[in-house]
Amino acid sequence: MIRFILIQNRAGKTRLAKWYMQFDDDEKQKLIEEVHAVVTVRDAKHTNFVEFRNFKIIYRRYAGLYFCICVDVSDNNLAYLEAIHNFVEVLNEYFHNVCELDLVFNFYKVYTVVDEMFLAGEIRETSQTKVLKQLLMLQSLE
Amino acid sequence: MDYIGLREEEKLIQQELISLKATVSAPTTTLKTMKECMVRLLYCEMLGYDASFGYIHAIKLAQQGNLLEKRVGYLAVSLFLHESHELLLLLVNTVVKDLQSTNLVEVCMALTVVSQIFPREMIPAVLPLIEDKLQHSKEIVRRKAVLALYKFHLIAPNQVQHIHIKFRKALCDRDVGVMAASLHIYLRMIKENSSGYKDLTGSFVTILKQVVGGKLPVDFSYHSVPAPWLQIQLLRVLGLLGKDDQRTSELMYDVLDESLRRAELNHNVTYAILFECVHTVYSIYPKSELLEKAAKCIGKFVLSPKINLKYLGLKALTYVVQQDPTLALQHQMTIIECLDHPDPIIKRETLELLYRITNSQNVTVIVQKMLEYLRQSKEEYIIVNLVGKIAELAEKYAPDNAWFIQTMNAVFSVGGDVMHPDIPSNFLRLLAEGFDDETEDQQLRVYAVQSYLSLLDVENVFYPQRFLQVMSWVLGEYSYLLDKEKPEEVINRLYKLLMSDSVSSETKAWLIAAVTKLTPQAQTSSTVERLIQDFSVSLDTCMRQHTFELKHLHENVEVMKNLLPVNKSCEELVVDASLSFLDGYVAEGLSRGAAPYKPHHQRQEEKLSQEKVLNFEPYGLSFSSSGFTGRQSPAGISLGSDISGNSAETGLKETNSLKLDGVKKLWGKEGYLPKKESKAGDAPEAPPVPPESAAAENPDQAGAKRDQAQVLVQSKEEKEKQLLASSLFVGLGTESPINLLGKADTVSHKFRRKSKAKEARSGDVASAQNLTCSSLSSLSSATYKGNDCLATVQGRASAEAKELPLGPELLDPECLPELPLVGKLSDGNLSVPPLFADSDMEVFHPPLSAVAAAPAAAPGTAEITLAASFLEDTAEDTCSGGVEVCGDETVTVSSYKLWQDDGFLMGWLVAAESGSELQSANLDIFPAENFKVSERPGCCLPVTEAGSSRWFQYSLQLERPFTEEALSGAVRYQLVDTQAGQLGFSVSLSLLDFVRPLKISTEDFGKLWLSFANDVKQNIKMSEPQAALPSALKTLQQKLRLHVVDVRGDEGLLACRLPPSTSCLLHCRAHADGLALWLRSSCPALPDCLSYQCHKALEGS
Repeated sequence: MIRFILIQNRAGKTRLAKWYMQFDDDEKQKLIEEVHAVVTVRDAKHTNFVEFRNFKIIYRRYAGLYFCICVDVSDNNLAYLEAIHNFVEVLNEYFHNVCELDLVFNFYKVYTVVDEMFLAGEIRETSQTKVLKQLLMLQSLE
Repeated sequence: MDYIGLREEEKLIQQELISLKATVSAPTTTLKTMKECMVRLLYCEMLGYDASFGYIHAIKLAQQGNLLEKRVGYLAVSLFLHESHELLLLLVNTVVKDLQSTNLVEVCMALTVVSQIFPREMIPAVLPLIEDKLQHSKEIVRRKAVLALYKFHLIAPNQVQHIHIKFRKALCDRDVGVMAASLHIYLRMIKENSSGYKDLTGSFVTILKQVVGGKLPVDFSYHSVPAPWLQIQLLRVLGLLGKDDQRTSELMYDVLDESLRRAELNHNVTYAILFECVHTVYSIYPKSELLEKAAKCIGKFVLSPKINLKYLGLKALTYVVQQDPTLALQHQMTIIECLDHPDPIIKRETLELLYRITNSQNVTVIVQKMLEYLRQSKEEYIIVNLVGKIAELAEKYAPDNAWFIQTMNAVFSVGGDVMHPDIPSNFLRLLAEGFDDETEDQQLRVYAVQSYLSLLDVENVFYPQRFLQVMSWVLGEYSYLLDKEKPEEVINRLYKLLMSDSVSSETKAWLIAAVTKLTPQAQTSSTVERLIQDFSVSLDTCMRQHTFELKHLHENVEVMKNLLPVNKSCEELVVDASLSFLDGYVAEGLSRGAAPYKPHHQRQEEKLSQEKVLNFEPYGLSFSSSGFTGRQSPAGISLGSDISGNSAETGLKETNSLKLDGVKKLWGKEGYLPKKESKAGDAPEAPPVPPESAAAENPDQAGAKRDQAQVLVQSKEEKEKQLLASSLFVGLGTESPINLLGKADTVSHKFRRKSKAKEARSGDVASAQNLTCSSLSSLSSATYKGNDCLATVQGRASAEAKELPLGPELLDPECLPELPLVGKLSDGNLSVPPLFADSDMEVFHPPLSAVAAAPAAAPGTAEITLAASFLEDTAEDTCSGGVEVCGDETVTVSSYKLWQDDGFLMGWLVAAESGSELQSANLDIFPAENFKVSERPGCCLPVTEAGSSRWFQYSLQLERPFTEEALSGAVRYQLVDTQAGQLGFSVSLSLLDFVRPLKISTEDFGKLWLSFANDVKQNIKMSEPQAALPSALKTLQQKLRLHVVDVRGDEGLLACRLPPSTSCLLHCRAHADGLALWLRSSCPALPDCLSYQCHKALEGS
């Protein structure tokens, strides 16, 4: 089960933070900082997995952005690693060559994408065409 | 971003927040502006600034806005608030409204927010609406509805229990997405209880086959792999279902084989499937062919140049290595390489793997590697984890003393103050208790002392406080073993530490305790005097207290030596917990008219029920004990002046020993205090040796009786008796919690006899003991409590282990058959409170609701009529006669119920009419919601399986309490003359089928009572309140099979258990117009169900 999803840049600025577990605000900030400290020190040759408290973080770096998913220890690492990739592919399609600025200016849309693909701490939709169709439908409302 | 940049950003955002605050609270703000503000607030909050002033506006926006504004409102709510935020209640109405909307988008938004955050207590408000959505025409709505239910299942499983059937519908949904969503729920439910869903295995296998075979629409493929996440989910479900279950596992071998074969594409996601597949293959019932393939797969992972795969390979090895250690050997070179890998995560996993394969030969190397890693890591979680593992390995496999102490030194200095507190206390216990070899122990202690002294000599090194505490304890206890060092020098070192600033006050207390222990050994020590001088003016009161103690003891060396003997840390102290030496004082106080002491608990109770003040009326002789419930003192002052002043120390006089326990402590800090039975009053009713049991007496019992007889006669041998008594008490104390926790049933089949014999034996002995040395039991409880305190306070729980003298003769099969019988007879006569001394009270009555009023064989007769081979199993069981449940002209099926002490069995006899012969018969039980049904081969009844009949036996285990439920099934049979047929049947079961008496002491009752959280209170009106209690107790005991634990005045305690691990306690109190029942249990629904049954039973009587 997913505990939280974070997107951070290299400087540690949060670009997205979605919590599936109950934390208070201070705890959230602490977690964000800790994740940043744990993830950024890692070499490109290292694994994409880090143990984190009683959980583990599956992360993947795209340009200057770290996409991190915190899951239970018993969960399948590669499945979530690929879920990140799937998510990034959707973003790329949706924003047409996504870059960090897209995520900054449209951050609330990114949350919508997250909500379409992940729900209640589980992977909800993995089909890119379906997600994009739904997103375009929502976009047409604006 | 540099520091200045950070400051600027903060300033900017604070300004923005101020202007936003003004805008959102202005009444003229339009919803459109509000939406814009919300987005900005979200951004600020995401960067870590407080935007809580906007929360309420987010809720408003979700409520009032048009579609687009509503969407932003919902998004803001789901990001701002958490599940238990109070503002969330304001959202419920909006959600309900939107769920009923005809607009698809609104419904979806509402469902999304419900599956993210929804107040648990408001679930009933939306549940029916969401259930309706399961039939919605749009796939996306059904899917979100399933996930919303999944969320509810996570946070409040009880509330969605009734819609399990709908989950099945979702699993069979025509849309793959909905089916996939329902798997989340199934995974969770199967994890909790796999046996209830075995029937779905076939469906899961079929689905997986279709997915693997590429039957899904191409939409679901990811990088041309068909629905990989769905595959993984299914594999996990299968792994849980097939665990330890050969029949279920066999169903899935094919599809697993195919999965392994199909996943050949070199892509991360295929490896994800492979990894899950390997995991499943190793968790289900093994099949060598598959294991071989899986092992090959693991090899592929381990040898992969890709670091992620290598890591997962190691992870896979870690969990298969216990089943197949050779696999680790195959990859030893890779493992060695990984040990020095630059990625700490890989290293860590390698150590985890090594930890699992440690044995006495490789322990030094592995621990060395672990220590190396430990010194580099800074993360607290890792340190705590690793330190625990090292300590465990060191204790288990240490090759020699020096190594052990050095390793533990490293553990203490690195693990320091974050490690689990058990580690130092386990270590100290190990040192103190030692092993079997005394010289070895001494060497270990000497080595420890020497090593600590040399560590303390190193200048300018700071050790963690816990380590210093360990050192000071060891030095204080075992410095005397040193030849060269004088205690004075040790004291000097400790003094130096005491004066250091880096030592916490807790550690200082340990240090001063060590100095105190060493002082009597030192001839003269100026350091001690200096220490006393320094610390008698300490600002720390605790330190000052310790110093004064030391000072006064120091003045009288003889007393000090007696008080602090050398190497006595493991000796047990006998503590008179009842403070009986104060009896004289108390008596004096009472004679001057002081009010008797009432414990806090009782005072409160009295406050609550003002009209129910302490009962001062005289009772009958047999109740003399319960008159003065409140007093803490054990002496029978109020009974008569001649007994006052009795205590454990002054010794018991034969003449009054029987009345010694005339006063009982009813309530103490921990609830009910141990029951000390006074058998003196009702001696005629309960003869010391039941005549029946004399006949069945076997040698070792006779021995035990003789022992007790001697004990009675030679009342001077106090100590021995105390030991015997306390050992029996401890034995009982440890036996019953095991039963209560349900651990007994983890014992595999072949040990069942053993444990049963043990139970019977200890019950028997305990009751005999209760009878013959009632005077002792009061002592024993005191000593037991004393021991208990010591054991917990000092961490030396050796007492329990030592005092379990259940010798090997207990396991002697020859004496087995008699034991349960004797146990029961004596139970029946002795442990039932005097009020109900009718000896047949304990007889096991089948519940009235049993299907048949068939002649229920009383246990006594059952034993006589049964063949010898059944005797030991059925000695304590009762069974109902056969009831014909279905049949046709050729075959009849009858069902039997067998109420065993540790479970409930159902048996079915399929019999062919005379003249024809059964070729084969098959009996299937349909899964039931509230209990687990498992086949139990063998036969516990005097029925014979011949050519014309077949016997099927199932054991039933309660999972959720219920009142009445039907168990149905079907029989398929084939007769020799090729006539085949099928019959369905149904048997009704009651909760009472599962209830068994729980025989515990009043003390255990009190402890249990406090540990149970779920309770129900009920008042029952009775026509004759005066006689209400005895008759009610009797009814409850007979009809519900509750065990009467104790009766005090107008209160009664009853207990029952539901094998394997649930128990329920009942406290009833008679008052002016009826009976107040108060039930408590560890299981939430049980008190409710049981109180219903009580009500029914009492109404009927």
